Amino acid sequence: MIEVHAISKRFGQVRALESASFSCADGKITGLLGPNGAGKSTALRILYTVIRADSGSATIDGLDVHKDSLRVRERIGVLSDGAGLYPNLSARENVAYFGRLHGLSGRELDARIDQLVELLDITGFADRRAKGFSHGQRTKVALARALVHRPPNLLLDEPSNGLDVMATRSLRDLLRRVRAMGVCVLFSSHVMQEVAALCDEIVIIDNGHVAASGTPDGLRAASGKDSLEDAFVSVLGSGEGLA
Amino acid sequence: MTRRLAVVFRKEILDNFRDRRSLTSAMLFGPLFGPVLFAVMISFALDRVVSSEDALVRVAVIGAEHAPNLVEHLRRSNADIVPMDVDLEQARKMVAAGLEDVVLFIPVTFGEEFAAGRPAVLQLVSDSANSAAEEGVRRIRLMLGAYAGRIGSMRLQARGVSPAVTIPIAIDEVDVSTPAGRSVLLLGMMTYFIIFSMLMGGLYLAIDSTAGERERGSLEPLLTLPVSRAVLIVGKILATATYMITALALTLFVFAVVLTQVPLEDLGMTSNFGPGTALRIFILMLPFALLGAALMTCVASFTRSYKEAQTYLTVVLLVPTLPILFAALNTVRPSTALMLVPSLSQHLVITGLMKAETVPISYLLISFISTLVLGLLLTGLAIRLYQRESLLG
Repeated sequence: MIEVHAISKRFGQVRALESASFSCADGKITGLLGPNGAGKSTALRILYTVIRADSGSATIDGLDVHKDSLRVRERIGVLSDGAGLYPNLSARENVAYFGRLHGLSGRELDARIDQLVELLDITGFADRRAKGFSHGQRTKVALARALVHRPPNLLLDEPSNGLDVMATRSLRDLLRRVRAMGVCVLFSSHVMQEVAALCDEIVIIDNGHVAASGTPDGLRAASGKDSLEDAFVSVLGSGEGLA
Repeated sequence: MTRRLAVVFRKEILDNFRDRRSLTSAMLFGPLFGPVLFAVMISFALDRVVSSEDALVRVAVIGAEHAPNLVEHLRRSNADIVPMDVDLEQARKMVAAGLEDVVLFIPVTFGEEFAAGRPAVLQLVSDSANSAAEEGVRRIRLMLGAYAGRIGSMRLQARGVSPAVTIPIAIDEVDVSTPAGRSVLLLGMMTYFIIFSMLMGGLYLAIDSTAGERERGSLEPLLTLPVSRAVLIVGKILATATYMITALALTLFVFAVVLTQVPLEDLGMTSNFGPGTALRIFILMLPFALLGAALMTCVASFTRSYKEAQTYLTVVLLVPTLPILFAALNTVRPSTALMLVPSLSQHLVITGLMKAETVPISYLLISFISTLVLGLLLTGLAIRLYQRESLLG
């Protein structure tokens, strides 16, 4: 459960977020949709506690992301933009490192990694060093890393960026499965089709503001348009920046 | 807390160990380069000490029979006379080719001109570009000058003039340098080589675990884990310090092996760079590992990229030379106050140990503690730098 209340953030002269509020429920996939530079990544980075909001507040499972950041971090899994792995460690070791820093160890950790290796179809390269991994392979390992401690909340920044069709499909399957386990999934994207195909709730961000939010049907009804695409365009004023 | 610290530490140790190229440069290049270069420099210094004493100077002489007295004088002045039967042209070629360092050519007319009291011409063939021959040529020239001076004085006396008339000024040179004093600069180099190889040992990990991690994009996910940034950075610094200590141990081992091949006592140093001295230097240098690791981590955390970190840290490699250079140029004597200065205090103590002087135990303690305290302060600074938001770039 993620709740965001009127958060703002500036970087120098740039206003990245301007009093943005939204929430994401457990067992639902929420999509943060907006053009490049709209403030999606900034919102996610505040939620996964690496940067601080200038004003406003955000809670995850009732815990303040700033005041209680260590406990928040126990309850989130994060796939950041770029999915950086350690090139000298194998896929399995990359996942194990994060598992250990979450306090897992021994047989419990090994079993969990085996499970994720199978779930994410990593078997073929699980014991290879990450140095030569393709983008898709890296994303899979980074996802396994984010899920290793069974987080009740999953935050993903542009997870399908650079993935091919098959990889994107298996990512969607995975997110649906995670949702079925009752996890609160929040992901950002600038790809409308992807959000439309996957999300229960959509939050449209533009220029640091939340321009609209609701279910796909709700958004269509509110804008009086038949297709989701037309609804987005009417909300944003133009189709600029959306793919 | 300590368990997570151990997890970070172990991962950084393993990660760096698997990077063969950086491991080679850290654990081979640093520890070998210093001691070997040091030994070569000492050998050169020894060569100079020996040659300026009473070694024979080889000189090829053409036409020795034309000036037997002169040749006898040279021989008595420690010249190794090698008579030769070639012409001047061939002699030139031999010197140019480096076959002979110096050739003295005495023409047939020498005796005749000498007897007539006219300046008797000699030819001294040498190659001023050949620095190895420089010392020999200088000494032959001095011998010839001394001979000429003596003959000149005798001729004046024969004419009833005091030779003192021709010496308006007498210069009496006093050189107070001792072999031990000359070795100060060399010992300074030794301390620096130890420090250099330590910094080299930790350099790659310091960059990789900070700027490298950020550039790869693995830092941001790492910061989303339920581990405080202080634990992460301390784990990285400790791993870096561990590599530095390994490099230190290797360097001292190589020094111990190499220095058995060099007669140090000729330079006024103790020749037994044995396990005892090595162990003392090892303990003395331990806190420097923390200091260096924390310093490199602080500097690297300011930089935007791997390349930039490398550039700045190359400068850091030079910083410890400054106090040593200062000490060498001003012939600083060890004092309690100077033991507070890292790198300088280690230098002074190592110099003392190498010269087999008694180093007060208080010096060792002050050096150890002050370096450790500065290392801890810099670790604190690194933790603070890691709390900054701009860390992520």
